[in-house]
Amino acid sequence: MTKALVSVPKTARRGDIIDIRAMIAHPMETGYRMGPNGVEIPRRIITRFVCTYGGEEVFFAEFFPAVSANPFVSFSLIASASGTVGFEWTDDQGQTESASAEIVVT
Amino acid sequence: MTEPTTRDPLGNTALGRRAVLAGGIGLLVLALSVRALARPSLQQAVAGFTGGAPVTAGRVKLTLPPLVENGNAVGVTIDVESPMTAQSHVRRIALFNEKNPQADIAVFRLGPHNGRARIATRIRLATSQTVIAVAELSDGTYWSSEANVIVTLAACIEDLT
Repeated sequence: MTKALVSVPKTARRGDIIDIRAMIAHPMETGYRMGPNGVEIPRRIITRFVCTYGGEEVFFAEFFPAVSANPFVSFSLIASASGTVGFEWTDDQGQTESASAEIVVT
Repeated sequence: MTEPTTRDPLGNTALGRRAVLAGGIGLLVLALSVRALARPSLQQAVAGFTGGAPVTAGRVKLTLPPLVENGNAVGVTIDVESPMTAQSHVRRIALFNEKNPQADIAVFRLGPHNGRARIATRIRLATSQTVIAVAELSDGTYWSSEANVIVTLAACIEDLT
């Protein structure tokens, strides 16, 4: 797995609803496709995505092959305290990739 | 190609070819029926998520473009009407499709700290079909919204040649 791209506002007021966006470069190979030589391309997908805020899990997603390549997800959070927003993706081979962003809540 | 070929003294392999052909057709029929069995219907997939609980249409807004040129990346937005408080919030949201090789698309778990039950993602659609979003609320009720999509370029089944 390679690079992840996350969008978290740098600052927010306490109680604001903030938008979080996260995307990761990943082929999300479905396992249904044939390669040029007629051999099935083995399945390789990201199955789990977790977002944590201040160490606590705030959003979780389970992906299936019907999620596009370079899976993108956007959701909301209530800005409650300054801290780290962490992101972690796990694929079906058990490989994980993570990213994080800091937010300052005033 | 493991079919035994029966050669007559003249080196004719007609019988072998016929056997291979028949075997091939048999395998194809078998494979098709296995795939058809493996994929649950939309209703079965939703029932698997809700555990058989009734699903009511409403409170969920599933937004999809009605006409999609490329089924490999279809933007989807799911909005659920919910105050998102500790007492009343959305617990889970699931997306299912009608005609892809697999019925599941994604399952999201959220809670009161999300403030708003709105999720956007990008999905693959193999063909023109119905997509359904089902939301599980904290009171144990299930709500849903359906959308029909026309897809002109399919995902999932194209090959790379």
